[in-house]
Amino acid sequence: MNVEQAMEIRQQKILAALENKNTSVYFNDALDNQMVLNMGPQHPATHGVLRLLIKLDGETVAACVPELGYLHRGYEKLAENCSYHEFIPHTDRLDYLSPLMNNTAYVLAVEKLVGIEAPKRAQYIRVIISEMARISSHLLGIGALAMDVGALTVFTWSFREREKMYDIFELLTGARFTTSFTRVGGLAHDMTPDVIAAVKEFFDQFPEKFNECITMLNTNRIFVERLDGVGVISREKAIAMGMSGPNLRAVGLECDLRRTQPYLVYPELDFNIPVLTDGDSLSRYYVRLNEVKESVKIIRQCLEKMPQGPVHANEPKKVLPRKEQVYTRMEELIHDFMLINFGVNPPVGEVYNAVEASKGELGFYIQSRGEGHPWRLKIRSPSFMNLQSTPLLVEGGMISDIVAVLGSLDPVMGEADK
Amino acid sequence: MLTSVVDSLRSSLPDSILAVQEFRGETTVHVKKSSIVAVCTHLRDDASSLFDYCSDVCGADAYTPENRFEVIYNLYSTSLNHRIRVKTFVDESDMHCPSVTSVWPGANWPERETFDMFGVIFDGHNDLRRMYMPEEFEYHPLRKDFPMMGIPDSIPLPRK
Repeated sequence: MNVEQAMEIRQQKILAALENKNTSVYFNDALDNQMVLNMGPQHPATHGVLRLLIKLDGETVAACVPELGYLHRGYEKLAENCSYHEFIPHTDRLDYLSPLMNNTAYVLAVEKLVGIEAPKRAQYIRVIISEMARISSHLLGIGALAMDVGALTVFTWSFREREKMYDIFELLTGARFTTSFTRVGGLAHDMTPDVIAAVKEFFDQFPEKFNECITMLNTNRIFVERLDGVGVISREKAIAMGMSGPNLRAVGLECDLRRTQPYLVYPELDFNIPVLTDGDSLSRYYVRLNEVKESVKIIRQCLEKMPQGPVHANEPKKVLPRKEQVYTRMEELIHDFMLINFGVNPPVGEVYNAVEASKGELGFYIQSRGEGHPWRLKIRSPSFMNLQSTPLLVEGGMISDIVAVLGSLDPVMGEADK
Repeated sequence: MLTSVVDSLRSSLPDSILAVQEFRGETTVHVKKSSIVAVCTHLRDDASSLFDYCSDVCGADAYTPENRFEVIYNLYSTSLNHRIRVKTFVDESDMHCPSVTSVWPGANWPERETFDMFGVIFDGHNDLRRMYMPEEFEYHPLRKDFPMMGIPDSIPLPRK
């Protein structure tokens, strides 16, 4: 099959999907009201490489078909050929706006499978880094949404704050984006006092700067009217379509896995779940905004309550030993050799563990056959399931609202395409 | 754990349950392929289950001579706050499996992904196209007999 034939087949199938929506498409009549518009995969407002095929009737969207796969790297196939530790760096590249959150979600699933638990201090640190990742991700979500509807300043202001957070991540993990900070049964290393000081210093000034950003938006009539009542989804539909995260909480459902199915030390912390009932783009924006404030509260509590102690579980056959011990002690050298060459070898079984990531329910389903690598690893990515509702949200609306709806859904294609 | 859900499932659909497994506090129910829609509808509507949220549908290749493929449904109840996993088996000689998009519309894309990656054909799915791979691609990449490095020339690339 040559390239032209392949393209022909692809086009026909996609157009057939548009046709299936009880509409008819005319391609030859240039003066007709109806046309098919191809948006993406290189469109700046699609947050990556999402491609939308839109059938327009005048300026109204008659049908919409999203096309994915432009960033598909086959991480699930790679996982079957990696040991459990080797897969941690790959989780950085799923939702690349909150790599620390993915690291945490993945090791929690593996720890459930192996049957170990990280010590208290490690759990507190995991909560801190997860919430910082959530703030950083929501800041981008809000900034990019504002930019999509025409308010450029907020984007640069929110990126200024994110830049400071990335400096902290670099201090903590040694990398800005590809952090790979967690390990099965603990963390790569402890949070040093200078990092804790940097986090404290950052959050001393952050609420004021964040208020500056959102005041610009909340009192901006153009911004509010571009989003108010746009892209509405009902509560029943949102649940049935598998939406999650801030998008689900914007339809009036208090469903946050941190509260409903608690993990780590979230039960010991005091925080609210922001819920709104309108289900439109503006509610989704407000839920994100309020979540940032709650995350700041969580981090402050964690810094106060965080106990001293080890950050690795005392399970020598499952947890990688410290490097300095590997070089000086025989036992640790043997364990290191066994863990690197043969892997963690969890018992035969299967687990599904989901956490409340910044985009929604991020789940890892792992099947183990007792080997050092997973037999099957499935990533339940929230962006993928949220994007599924895009046609429901944009059909019947105006073409200019598509960017506003997409921005308020806040998908990340690295995660949706895996 | 989840005994009431399993008991009510056993009493109303006794012939469709093959096995019930428990691991790390998670319940997995193995069901017959032919009754998967009936089981899912029961799980969604029964007062003790109310699994209104389909977290995920995925496939797995067990690489056994019989019942080679598994289709796995991870379900969650937003009102009762519990999880269950339903699993059904698809033989290589008959790659068809009933679609549950009529029960949860959100199973649409995950089923397309399973079709793309394993070649399971979901009957009753109204838009069963490939999710990630190009339409003209002939293989199903997550099958165990597909090499990790890919197959050369399986995707036509534009000439330089």
